[in-house]
Amino acid sequence: MEELTKVEWVRLPLSTNYAVAYAAKDADIDIVSAYPITPQTTVVEKLSEFIANGELKAQMIHVESEHSALSAAIGASAMGARAFTATASQGLELMHEVLHIASGLRLPIVMSVAARALSAPISIWGDYTDLMNTRDTSWVVLIAGSAQEAYDSVLQAYKIAEDSRVLLPVMVGYDGFLMSHTYEPVSVLANSGAALRYIPKKVTWATLNPERPITVGAMANPDWYYEIKYQQVEAMKAAYEVVKEADAEYGRTFGRSYGIIEETDTDGSDLNVLTYGGIYGTLLESSEIIRKNGIKAGFARLRLFRPFPYEEVLKLAEKSSALVVLDRAITYGMPIAGPLAREVISVLYSHGINIPVYNFIVGIGQRSFTENDALKVVSASFEMLKRGQKIDESIYWGVRE
Amino acid sequence: MSKALLGWRELKPGGIIEEPGNSSKRLTGDWRTFKPVINQDKCTRCLRCWIVCPEPAISVVDKQYSWPNGRSWKFTVEVNYDYCKGCGMCVEECEPKAIDWVEEVK
Repeated sequence: MEELTKVEWVRLPLSTNYAVAYAAKDADIDIVSAYPITPQTTVVEKLSEFIANGELKAQMIHVESEHSALSAAIGASAMGARAFTATASQGLELMHEVLHIASGLRLPIVMSVAARALSAPISIWGDYTDLMNTRDTSWVVLIAGSAQEAYDSVLQAYKIAEDSRVLLPVMVGYDGFLMSHTYEPVSVLANSGAALRYIPKKVTWATLNPERPITVGAMANPDWYYEIKYQQVEAMKAAYEVVKEADAEYGRTFGRSYGIIEETDTDGSDLNVLTYGGIYGTLLESSEIIRKNGIKAGFARLRLFRPFPYEEVLKLAEKSSALVVLDRAITYGMPIAGPLAREVISVLYSHGINIPVYNFIVGIGQRSFTENDALKVVSASFEMLKRGQKIDESIYWGVRE
Repeated sequence: MSKALLGWRELKPGGIIEEPGNSSKRLTGDWRTFKPVINQDKCTRCLRCWIVCPEPAISVVDKQYSWPNGRSWKFTVEVNYDYCKGCGMCVEECEPKAIDWVEEVK
C-alpha cells in the first residue's frame, strides 16, 4: 500500500479512444504506426498531438494502409521498440494476414480496436464482427467495458505482451462509437513515469541488431513449422496466468483491478446473462426493471476473449440455472451463431455441464439495445427456462421480418 | 533423416535463428533424383558449370589431373553432393558434354 500512496492521478473527461491514447503515451511507446479509420481515428490523432507538443517522444510512422501499419510495427518491435497501433473494422481485416505474422514472430505489439461492423453493406457503426474474426490469430484479446478499463488495459497489455513467458501481441477491444466516442471520467497518471514502474522498458525478446545478427522470419519446412506453432499454444496457456498476474499487480500498484470476469448479482439468481464490452453497462442499468418484473437476473462480462477464460466461465456456469449469452457478431452458417456462445457451449460440453444456453444476437451494426430490450431478452429466456426449453439456434433479437 | 530434430521446448520462440549462416548445416543433397557426374577426361575446366550452379555446389579443387593424352590440369572441378539438389543446369550448359546425368536410386 505504500506504493499506492505515491501514485498521483488526474481525473479527465475522456472518450475511450482518448483514454487509450493517454495509456499509450504513459506506456512511453517508441513508435506508433497507424492509418486512420472510423471509429479509431481519434486515438492516433491524440497520439500525434502528444508527439507534436513534446509530451511523448515517439516516432509517428504514417503509412498507406493498415497492412503497412502493422508491418511497420512489426519491424519496429523486432528492433526492440515498444510499438503501438490502433485500428478497426476494414482496417483490422486488411491487416489480418499480418496479425498472424506479429504473433508468429512473437513480437509484443499492443493494438487498440474500436470494434465496428464490416462491409458490405457499408456500416461505420459498432459491433464486434471485426474483433471476433481475429480469434484464431494467436493474439491475446482483451475487451474493455469502460474508458477507464481501456486505459488500464493498455498498460496491462504491455505487461502481458512483454512477459517472457508470453511474448505475444495483445489487442484491447472496446465498442466502436458507444465507447470510442462517448466521454467518461477517467483517472490517468499525473506523471507518465509512474506507469514505467509497472511496465519498465526492458527488451525481453530477441531483436535485430547488426552487432549480433539473428534471422527473424525464416521459412520452416514440415520438419519445423508444427513445433514453432505449438510454442504459441503454450504461450497462450501461459498468457492465461500472466493476464491474471498483470491485473493483480496493477491492482497492487495503482489500486484498480478487474479480474477476468466482472459479475453482478450472479449468486443465487434465476439465470445469468454473459456478454462482453459496453453492453454490460446497459444490462446493469436494466437490472432494476428486470427485478421489478420478478426475475432475479445476474450479469457477467468477460474482459478476456483469448486465451479463452474457461475456468471463470465454468465457475459462472456451475452456479447458473441457465446462461443468456449476448453476442454482437455472427458466425454465419452456424445454428448457434454467437462467437462467445459457441465458446461457452464448447467449454460446458467438455466439462459435462448441461444447462440451457440462450444465445441472442444483438447490437449488429449498432442496432439499439436498450434497457427494455434487456428486460425482454431476460424475460423470454426465463420463460424458456421455466418450460425446460433449450434452443439449438441463436435468437436474432429485433430483426425485422 | 535419422538424427533427432529439436522439439518445441528447445527451439527459440518464433523460430528465430541465432546463428548466422547456419543454412550450411542444411544438407540439400537428398532432394536429388538425378545426379551430375563429371567426366574428368572430357572436362575442359571452362567453369561454366561453376557459373550457372545456383547452389553453388560446384567446387574448384586444388588437385592436379592429367588426361590420357598427357594434357595436364592444375585443378579439378567436382560436385559437392551434400548440397547439389540435382537441378541439372550444369549438365544442360556443359559445352563439351562432360557431365553425365545419372539416376540415383535411394
